Amino acid sequence: MDDLYRELIIDRYQNPRFSGTLDPHTHSYEDDNPVCGDHIRIDLRVDDKDIVTEAKFTGEGCSISQASADLLMEKITGMPVAEVRALAKQDILDLLGIELGPVRLKCALLSLKVLKGGVYGLDEVMSLDELAES
Amino acid sequence: MAETHTMDIKRIRADFPVLDVEVKPGVKLVYLDSGATSQKPVQVIERMNQYYRAENANIHRGVHKLAEQATEDYEGARGKVAKFINAAKAKEIVFTRNATEAVNLVAFTWGRANLQAGDVVVLTEMEHHANLVPWQMLAAERGIRLEFIPVTEEGVLDMSALPGLMELKPKLVSFTAMSNVLGTITPIAEIVKAAHAAGALAMVDGAQSVPHLPTDVRALDIDFLVFSSHKMLGPTGLGVLYGKEALLEAMPPFMGGGDMIKRVKLREFSTAGVPHKFEAGTPAIAEVIGLGAAVDYLNEIGMEAIAAHDRELTAYALERLEEVPGVWIFGPGIEHKSSNASFTLKGAHPHDVAEILNRHGVATRAGHHCAMPVHEKFSVPATTRASFYLYNTKEEIDTLVEALYQVKEIFK
Repeated sequence: MDDLYRELIIDRYQNPRFSGTLDPHTHSYEDDNPVCGDHIRIDLRVDDKDIVTEAKFTGEGCSISQASADLLMEKITGMPVAEVRALAKQDILDLLGIELGPVRLKCALLSLKVLKGGVYGLDEVMSLDELAES
Repeated sequence: MAETHTMDIKRIRADFPVLDVEVKPGVKLVYLDSGATSQKPVQVIERMNQYYRAENANIHRGVHKLAEQATEDYEGARGKVAKFINAAKAKEIVFTRNATEAVNLVAFTWGRANLQAGDVVVLTEMEHHANLVPWQMLAAERGIRLEFIPVTEEGVLDMSALPGLMELKPKLVSFTAMSNVLGTITPIAEIVKAAHAAGALAMVDGAQSVPHLPTDVRALDIDFLVFSSHKMLGPTGLGVLYGKEALLEAMPPFMGGGDMIKRVKLREFSTAGVPHKFEAGTPAIAEVIGLGAAVDYLNEIGMEAIAAHDRELTAYALERLEEVPGVWIFGPGIEHKSSNASFTLKGAHPHDVAEILNRHGVATRAGHHCAMPVHEKFSVPATTRASFYLYNTKEEIDTLVEALYQVKEIFK
């Protein structure tokens, strides 16, 4: 068995630390991976200094999509928005600590897509395909 | 029954080269994804190679030797397909790009010529997107009304709803003969009869059923039947539309271009007769000839024998899967289904299940299987589907079950 199902991923999938919603929140967005139907919603609280003070996610999906969302919420908590905007594919892979094939890469990147595409209202929302090639 | 339908599985498996593939060193492929696409026997592969190596020519035009031969083989395959489903005439078989295109052809030509705002088309809640979205598109464009035969908790059609739906005087009832998710075999004869009594035409999506069960369009009095070459041992890129001759004759053409015309002037054209009216442009010649070889292969084994084998495997799979704690199987029991088993495993997402099964060589499909509404019905976003065909064995199902215990070990 290779390390796709390493302990970290199973643990985060079964016991997510950042699951839930935030009410009130400053940002909320949700999206699907149309290929597999995985779904993620992210709620954020961003303070007036543009720092992410709290981040939560809810969703439905495989261990890779849910674990990467949990790890991503942990990473961005306390992070300035400008840094969040700069997050890329490699940051997610570093969080998971594994190599992924093209199909599972999209599972892993769904939370980043939701974060970038919706929460910050970037003008150009990247598709999962574009993110996977970024 | 068992005596007469005994199949020599070892001999059959030897005809499918891909079954010898090792997905990684020492791990043999266990192919349980025939519901997505079947594997191809060497007879089909070689027949298509033979066409490209020694017979390649365009059809219907040339007078040279190869063109004549190709035309004869192409039209010969049409005859084989017609006979396979007991159509009255070869011209009632139209070759399309896939089963999806066959549904779209009917929606585009028959639908636009015959359906007006407010007209009712009855579908079922267990349709593949291919027999759903084309009608939704027509509903958006034309204002036709879609109604659905409900699916019960058990995963069969709620036939008690049929009389009420028929009172709406639908113009068309279009339904699957075998659900690609639940494996449910629907009561075709009963639905067709009710449709006709209400003045509707009956269209059957046979993408899953035609590969697995004997099909007789005349005995069932089906008006349109669609199915797919690649799920019945044939190549991809090819689907089939069967339509009763009079219906096809009355329908406007689908796509315009070469082959579908009788005469063309600068500003007008007249259409060819059926089936050529619906086959614009150079068709998938090699694929059609390949499908002819696939039909020969299926006939040689016998569809009764294949149906019995698939049913026996499905029954065994249901029995073995039920033993696994945490497994939830969708769809009815073996008395109403065949050819597949869709399931979830508690605590593990279907994608993870399929991925771990893959490490044991077991190829299954995870997701919504292009049937999102039926998943919604059962409140799951996705399932893992194991599907079976004539080359599968009980030992392969044992491998599936052993691998499922490995999944449980990881997600314990």
